[in-house]
Amino acid sequence: MSLMKRISLIFRSKANRALDKAEDPRETLDYSYQRQLELLSKVRRGVADVATSRKRVELQVNQLEQQSTKLQGQAEKAIGVGREDLAREALTRKSGLTSQIESLKEQRATLQGEEEKLVLAQQRLQAKVEAFRTRKETIKATYTAAEAQTRIGEAMSGIGEEMGDVGLAIQRAEDKTAQMQARGQAIDELIASGALDDASQVNAGDDISRELDAMSSGSDVESELARLKAGNAPQAIEAGDGDILADTDTDSDEVAVRRETSEGGPA
Amino acid sequence: MIVRILGEGQYDLDDHALDALNGLDNQIEAAIESGDEEMFRTALSGLLASVRASGTHHDMDSLDESDLILPPPDATIDEVRQLLGDDGLIPG
Repeated sequence: MSLMKRISLIFRSKANRALDKAEDPRETLDYSYQRQLELLSKVRRGVADVATSRKRVELQVNQLEQQSTKLQGQAEKAIGVGREDLAREALTRKSGLTSQIESLKEQRATLQGEEEKLVLAQQRLQAKVEAFRTRKETIKATYTAAEAQTRIGEAMSGIGEEMGDVGLAIQRAEDKTAQMQARGQAIDELIASGALDDASQVNAGDDISRELDAMSSGSDVESELARLKAGNAPQAIEAGDGDILADTDTDSDEVAVRRETSEGGPA
Repeated sequence: MIVRILGEGQYDLDDHALDALNGLDNQIEAAIESGDEEMFRTALSGLLASVRASGTHHDMDSLDESDLILPPPDATIDEVRQLLGDDGLIPG
């Protein structure tokens, strides 16, 4: 039992050190109770902090998933216009995003785990703090300073061990959250810069989008032209016959003047 | 006998159930000394699983001290070394 024993002894010596601080052992009860309440609020803050980090990661997952859907759409569009090269590029980028998303989902699971651990730690500590408070009042009311010593020692070491455990849980959760916040920051910056549009190439930007846009605006122009040609066919024929205004008898002179003016004006 | 798994809480164990855990405890210590992370992982998870399997949860609102304290399930060798280093991981 060497390892387990050693860890236990270290916890115990810490609890005893805390006990040695006050002259009247009964004072240590109040002092310890204050520290317990502080630790309780610290663990509550810890739960909130981890939850915030987890929500941030979830937000990032959503953003990247949207991006991934967009790339999928681009790939389909590219295939539609016969650009297999663009479709391949879009799908390559999408697979780069997929691994980012997977890694973020792992982070989210880790944070969720830490959050659950802290919630449980909070419940355990809460229960023990309640028990300690009752014990503390009994000891203070019933025993003289000398008699109280042993009872206090028992109560203190039990709660001291729990506090050590909870303190450790908070510290570990903080460490993990800090690591992930640093990575999360980096991903936020990537998303903001648009570089994640392309997970496989740096600084490539969203050129698939641009090229597809260019192509689609090009084809939009063509199809609109075609539509216009079809819709304007009768007029176009008249215009083709010569003077488009020939059949507007009433205004023909006036128009003819205007035409002369406008055509002759610059000359 | 009361055993605490850090981060999980306290378990009540029969003394004889604990004897069975000695082997795993020695393995963990050997793994820490040699820095064998894989052996450490296996031995630690085996030890914790045995405690959970043969123990029952100790009353949450008791103020009883544990007889033995075990590292959390996801602890690394480095963390356990720090735990053993007294002024390392355990906040005073």
